Amino acid sequence: MANVSTAKPKLEAEKLATAQPQITRMSVLAPALGWLIPGAGHLIQRRWSRGVLLMASIVTMFLLGLAMQGRVYRPNGGDILDILGFVGDIGAGGLYIVTRAMDWGQGAIAHATADFGTKYIIVAGLLNFIAVADAYHIAIGKKP
Amino acid sequence: MRLEAMTLELTHFTAALLFAVFASVVFGITQRNAARDQVRYGLYCFVMFLGGVFTAGWVMWLVRR
Repeated sequence: MANVSTAKPKLEAEKLATAQPQITRMSVLAPALGWLIPGAGHLIQRRWSRGVLLMASIVTMFLLGLAMQGRVYRPNGGDILDILGFVGDIGAGGLYIVTRAMDWGQGAIAHATADFGTKYIIVAGLLNFIAVADAYHIAIGKKP
Repeated sequence: MRLEAMTLELTHFTAALLFAVFASVVFGITQRNAARDQVRYGLYCFVMFLGGVFTAGWVMWLVRR
């Protein structure tokens, strides 16, 4: 008897997990916008507080990294670690594009904190990847 | 335009603390659904980050001796 009562919610949870995500305009727009402007993927879906907090956290982290004279990686670094650094950096989307366009993030070895700055910039990009995935999950209805 | 005039020099601990704050906010928001759970998970991550910092600090102190 107990098995019957627990089987139904379990079945519904399995159904939800295996359900095909609905591809809508929002499911494409929200992640794209969220990548370009951190937090915007949530803001466009009216998740105001989450969007503002994500934006504040990621943008502040990226800017602190730059202020600490962190290095921004180029796509043609050559070294495998440089390529991984670039993959992290590119997650910040618009912030990375603006930084490259303004020729910031050269990385000053003279400063002891420059290495922290480089890590801050990479992690800001990686955190934005997580935020983008979250915006997508909201758009397809997998998350409230 | 250069940012050389804006060099920010943080201590190891301050840098780790700020890192923990920002990462915890993002983890809390993205890894849980309900607002209450998000706050609790964010605080949990923050405590774990700080715990890791202190543990690593003491381990390095012991290794140095």
